[in-house]
Amino acid sequence: MTFFEGIGMHAGYGASMILNGCSISVDKGQIAVIVGPNGAGKSTAMKALFGMLPLREGSVFSDGRDITQLRPEQRVLLGMGYVPQTNNVFPSMTVLENLEMGGFVRRDDLSQTISEIFDLFPILKTKQNQAAGELSGGQRQQVAVARAMMTKPNILMLDEPTAGVSPIVMDELFDRIIDIANTGVAILMVEQNAKQALQIADIGYVLVQGENKFKGAGTALLNNPEVRQAFLGG
Amino acid sequence: MIDILNAITLLANYIIVPSLAYGSQLALGALGITLVYAVLRFSNFAHGEMMSFGTMISIFTIWLFQSAGISIHPLPTALLAIPVSIMITIMLLLILDRTVFRYYQAQRVQPVTFMIVSVGVMFFLAGLIRFFIGTSKKNFADGERFIIKASEFKQITGLAEGVSIRTTQAITVIVTLVLVTAVFWFLNKTRTGKSMRAFSDNEDLALLSGIKPERVIIITWMLVGALAAVAGTLYGLDKGYKPFVYLQLVLPIFAAAIIGGVGNPIGAVIGGYVIAFSEAFITFAYKRFFTYLLPEEWAPEGLVQMLSTEYKFAVSFVLLVIVLLVRPTGLFRGKTL
Amino acid sequence: MKLSIPSSSRKAVLLFALMLGALALVGVFQSWNLMLAILNLCLISAIMALGVNLQWGYAGLFNAGIMGFAALGGLAAMLVSKAPIMGAWQAGGFGVLLGVIIWIMSGILAYLIWLRFKGRRRYWYVIIIAGAGYILSRFVLDPAILRIESFEPASSGYLGGAGLPVLLSWGVGGILAGCVAFIIGKITLGLRSDYLAIATLGISEIVIFMFKNEDWLTRGVKNVTGIPRPVPYEIDLQSTIWFQDITDSVGMNVMQASSLFVKLCYTSLFLGVLLMLLWLCERALNSPWGRMMRAIRDNETAASAMGKNVTSRHLQIFVIGSAIVGIAGAMLVTLDGQFNPSIYHPLRFTFLIWVMVVVGGSGNNFGAILGGFIVWFFWIEAETIGNMLVYIITLPLSEGSALKEHFLSTAPQLRLLIMGLVLLLFLRFSPRGLIPERISNKA
Ligand SMILES: Nc1ncnc2c1ncn2[C@@H]1O[C@H](COP(=O)(O)OP(=O)(O)OP(=O)(O)O)[C@@H](O)[C@H]1O
Ligand SMILES: [Mg+2]
Repeated sequence: MTFFEGIGMHAGYGASMILNGCSISVDKGQIAVIVGPNGAGKSTAMKALFGMLPLREGSVFSDGRDITQLRPEQRVLLGMGYVPQTNNVFPSMTVLENLEMGGFVRRDDLSQTISEIFDLFPILKTKQNQAAGELSGGQRQQVAVARAMMTKPNILMLDEPTAGVSPIVMDELFDRIIDIANTGVAILMVEQNAKQALQIADIGYVLVQGENKFKGAGTALLNNPEVRQAFLGG
Repeated sequence: MIDILNAITLLANYIIVPSLAYGSQLALGALGITLVYAVLRFSNFAHGEMMSFGTMISIFTIWLFQSAGISIHPLPTALLAIPVSIMITIMLLLILDRTVFRYYQAQRVQPVTFMIVSVGVMFFLAGLIRFFIGTSKKNFADGERFIIKASEFKQITGLAEGVSIRTTQAITVIVTLVLVTAVFWFLNKTRTGKSMRAFSDNEDLALLSGIKPERVIIITWMLVGALAAVAGTLYGLDKGYKPFVYLQLVLPIFAAAIIGGVGNPIGAVIGGYVIAFSEAFITFAYKRFFTYLLPEEWAPEGLVQMLSTEYKFAVSFVLLVIVLLVRPTGLFRGKTL
Repeated sequence: MKLSIPSSSRKAVLLFALMLGALALVGVFQSWNLMLAILNLCLISAIMALGVNLQWGYAGLFNAGIMGFAALGGLAAMLVSKAPIMGAWQAGGFGVLLGVIIWIMSGILAYLIWLRFKGRRRYWYVIIIAGAGYILSRFVLDPAILRIESFEPASSGYLGGAGLPVLLSWGVGGILAGCVAFIIGKITLGLRSDYLAIATLGISEIVIFMFKNEDWLTRGVKNVTGIPRPVPYEIDLQSTIWFQDITDSVGMNVMQASSLFVKLCYTSLFLGVLLMLLWLCERALNSPWGRMMRAIRDNETAASAMGKNVTSRHLQIFVIGSAIVGIAGAMLVTLDGQFNPSIYHPLRFTFLIWVMVVVGGSGNNFGAILGGFIVWFFWIEAETIGNMLVYIITLPLSEGSALKEHFLSTAPQLRLLIMGLVLLLFLRFSPRGLIPERISNKA
């Protein structure tokens, strides 16, 4: 059994079903990437995995434990971190305060974790007293990731962390994400920049209409002509 | 030279001192409204009556203390009563939260529905208050009336004009300073305060971060209760307590909050003073002021008053309208709680 | 188009029947005179509720200043019907006119400047022009007002009105209220929804302050009495031969009969206006315009995405709703026969109307009317209920104790509390009201 997995997930909003039995899994130290067309249900899958949307069928396991019924806050306590696609920082609060809020559930001293995070994202250290809403898009995404890291999660879920950032910043962000994975964190990531993301992925998922269309090692998907044709633009 | 000093003293006595006091009361009120707006996301029309309720409790407590012979002369007994009033007002607000507001919070209703609910609460409270304390005016300022009387000031300085500072005015300003500082310290430096700001900034992300909404909301009502009780009591102490005035007070308080940029606590406090000073400057009769400054033959005949005092509420309205026209986001846009 | 109560709402018919039954009971057990007095005010309340329902029920606009619009209508009734006071006009009419002209001129000038310049500067120019215009006008207005107010202050001290038939004022009141609503709406609609509420709250307070203080226009708190009636006077009736004949043949007291007859005249006038407005509102509601209004209310984002200009639609409906309130305000002053700015309390004229709309069923015109009837009826009777309640509560207190005296004296305040409670309970447990909005088959 893998470290973190959602099996046969069915979920939707109101009457409309978005997820129709998709399964996602990722192990410690691995990077799993979900790609797929707009509206395929990628964000919905992330929300379902994090408990923000009730599953109608299927279940979610973490470290062998069934967590299907847990609320998001409880999953945070279990060591899950989640970076939403949009509105993923506290805009009027400073970078430092964003980090503090990320570690809100922790009762111990945060300074050690904060300095580790500043080592990982040096730019944030120089901007620590600036409001997150005033940062550039790339910096804001770093704040968002950093906020989720504050609980020292062993599963980190990122919904399009590179949305709206320049290619250079994107490469840098991917480097950071690899760094994080190397510390033994399981990373689950949704990406629009499918080629680049699949290059660093241990496992890739192609999601279409709420179902796994393809699954495989990142490079294998990149080389799969069918996937290339339909989802990677040739 | 003396004339210039006299003119300045005149302004100090009739504009600066009273406006500082009135502005402080408005600032506290606007801060309360702003907190509700930032965290609970609705315009709380009941805030004036919440202030009135706090004042009523203060008055009852003062009567109790007075009949028991407890006093802190030369300071007004109200200072002793305020903590009691804060406690009971907070209790009221928590009960209201439980019985009324929480339901709509959970439903995530539109702000406008919330507004009507708050209007319902406003009239309910108004009825409750008037039933218990009646509608007549009550003065409950005791202790020494003046810190410095105009006549004493004249004697000391030898000027023709004097500045009088009433104890209640000084207390108002000092208490406001302390309370506002405490609130800002709480919001910016404590874990709980920051979680409130986080909740106000991005409710969903706050949930994801493990911040408990119920807790944030309870803390907010507690802060609002304290602010309302203090603001109401100070206003009543300064001007005498008339229950129906608090209904009218809602307008300048809202104006202050909007002028400051809705949801922005610093703006709200500044807005309070802006309103108070504008009211005073516009409704002041400048006749004597000009008599000091202008040569005798130029001395004005009329009162030289831009607007008669009855219209002081209109001043806040006009300011509100100007701000809405020119800069709808308020003077200090962007930064919320 | 014919006016029909929808077959689906048998409940509505039942409720209206019950309401009329209650009124009939008052007639039988108390007096028909009282019953008609209540009925007349029920009708006026219903019209106000109709106007507010247009704003809230159709468009979701929160008007917190109904009182101000009603008072504007009331002012119109007075200004239209009272005879002009020539002496006062001679004393200061010219000055007042000149002042008003200066206002208008500086307004036009400010507007032209606003169009002519761009950027920050124009704010300052406009402020300077408005300020200068204001100060200039004060130079001509102040002495004129002083002269007007000192002209026979005991009996007049104001300019009087136009001396036209009072019925005309119902329309004028609507127009006046509509104009003010236009200005307020123009400024606040399109901004956050609570700005409209706060601005209307503000303007209503200011309107009342103005009426209490601008004696040259309204006589202030000295009241204007003797506003001409659209219906006969009791005294005249009593001395009219045909009326005496009728009462004799029916065997009624002439005094009583005349007072009943006058009230009935008012009733029929008010009923006429109510039915006409209801017909118009129903037509509007079921027209494409009304459907669009409700579509906008239910999903503003979607509607504006469909290219509907939400703000200007809101402005239309806000003005119309306020105008209806203004009409009702003029009718009220006509009924009272006097204009007294002190009667305008937010509780009675803003809040109570809200309760009417919410209780009756927002979004449904019949509901609003029913709400107007029920809540007004209850409001009158609540006084007795409140007093009774206090009497029972204070029974254990010894006779003549200060506390008992106090509570008996503040008992009328309980009405406020009860109404607040009624509103809160309805919002919570029956938010759609007694006669809910018919779910339209949206196109
Ligand atoms: N809160 C919601 N309520 C109702 N429907 C929603 C909601 N959020 C998303 N949807 C619908 O669910 C479907 C899938 O949305 P989702 O956000 O999961 O797509 P996605 O794969 O993340 O797309 P993108 O690449 O654009 O982020 C879409 O059709 C969307 O309209
Ligand atoms: Mg998405």
